[in-house]
Amino acid sequence: MDELIKYAPALAEGFLENVKLSLVAGVVSLLLGTILVSMRVSPTPVLRAAGTVYVNVVRNTPLTLVLAFSALGLSDTLGLVFSDVPRTNSFWIVALGLAVYTSAFVCEALRAGINTVPLGQAEAARAIGLTFFQSLTLIILPQAFRAVVAPLGSVMIAMIKNTTVATAGGFLADAAAVMKETFDTTGASIPIFLGIVVAFMALTLPIGYYTGWLARRLAVVR
Amino acid sequence: MSTSVLFDAPGPRTRVRNHLLTLVSIVVVGAAVYGVYRGFDAKGQFEGKIWQPFLEAETWEFFIIPGLIGTLKAAAVAAVLALAFGAIFGLARLSDHAWIRVPAGLVVEVFRAVPLLLLIFFIFYLAPTLFGGGDYAFAAVVLGLTLYNGSVLAEVVRAGVNAVPKGQSEAAYAIGMRKNQVLRLVLLPQAVTAMMPAIVSQLVVLLKDTALGYIIAYVDLLNTGFKILPAAFFGSLIPAAIVIGIIYVTLNLALSYLATRLERRSRRSRKSAATPIAPPGAVGLDQTAGGVPGG
Repeated sequence: MDELIKYAPALAEGFLENVKLSLVAGVVSLLLGTILVSMRVSPTPVLRAAGTVYVNVVRNTPLTLVLAFSALGLSDTLGLVFSDVPRTNSFWIVALGLAVYTSAFVCEALRAGINTVPLGQAEAARAIGLTFFQSLTLIILPQAFRAVVAPLGSVMIAMIKNTTVATAGGFLADAAAVMKETFDTTGASIPIFLGIVVAFMALTLPIGYYTGWLARRLAVVR
Repeated sequence: MSTSVLFDAPGPRTRVRNHLLTLVSIVVVGAAVYGVYRGFDAKGQFEGKIWQPFLEAETWEFFIIPGLIGTLKAAAVAAVLALAFGAIFGLARLSDHAWIRVPAGLVVEVFRAVPLLLLIFFIFYLAPTLFGGGDYAFAAVVLGLTLYNGSVLAEVVRAGVNAVPKGQSEAAYAIGMRKNQVLRLVLLPQAVTAMMPAIVSQLVVLLKDTALGYIIAYVDLLNTGFKILPAAFFGSLIPAAIVIGIIYVTLNLALSYLATRLERRSRRSRKSAATPIAPPGAVGLDQTAGGVPGG
């Protein structure tokens, strides 16, 4: 227990970096995922194919490879640099990699939501003369979003847990890296491990309960 | 195809508009691909000499194949253990006795909530203090993957047994079967059929997550292909990333394809009264290869 108290400030600082990474990656992946899903359901075959290829490639690549490639390949070799400060640069590189990876899962969750809307809804919308855009924004998407609240919640929870892989992208200030560093001096410490796990659960459990509650509240009764 | 929900057979004006849109999107996608190509080209990533190693048998023999074997070995051992863990804890959560049900539920919920990499780190550092010195990278990866994926699979098992219609167990009890017989002879055989697709898509997640071993220096495909290989062949980092990326994607797509096939089959099958259950984190039944994004 003493070890946890002694290293708590450093660990808390590391955990704060995970929270920051989650916020950036969460917002960017939701935006990217929405763009991707509109590509995947669009009437244009080229966009559909591009979206499908992106999702299938990214979703089947290990996150560790995505992040390691972002750091060593994109940043070091190809010269994508966000900042001259190495720590700030690797933060944005990791956030970008996480967002790119998570957006494929966001896209699939949203697309599955669109598929849950019964065919009759779209047919009725067309029958009363709504255009493609109107039927999408007034009929389909409002019902689709309600169906995906809980799955999007699980995608976000997984993303928050995935911020610990930041080490692979060369960002060595997050909770996992700090924990590893601490273990190098103290050896495996159960209190420290449990402390970080509880911190993550304090972040993910409320999201799970809230999205679950919201999903039940918003559920379309069919 | 989800698109059929959204639009009708196009009329003449829509067709013209769609052609225009197609043209515009070809230009945009083409420009994006060209931009990436130019970026790579400017840094000399298409030069023959950095791709050369991948045409030589030794590269495959000494770097890629041993790494691939390491990945598959960890995935296979972890998959078997995770399935056993999932079966035991999934059934324990269905127990009528609270003293079995509650601790099993606690274990499953905790290991599902722990970030997998932290778990692997912890095991990796804990093992030497418990069992003395040695290389625990393999054990840490396998045990971490087992505990996490086993917990997810436990939920799949529970959902699978619950997906069997209630009438099945009622009928079984009515003809005088015991609890054990009902589970063993009636519920489980039907549940397994319903669970298959979800299990396979969780195994895809497991296979992908073996790459976390890279961080604790376990000799897997990512380690030999992306750390050791580029160190041996200077400059070949990006070709290496592309080659091992293709290997991972192919492996996982093959497994996902199997999951889709199994789901179609079990949905057609009359052997089970239960409908296939959705993989964890998926919406409805439309998505087989969904699952929760792992590391």
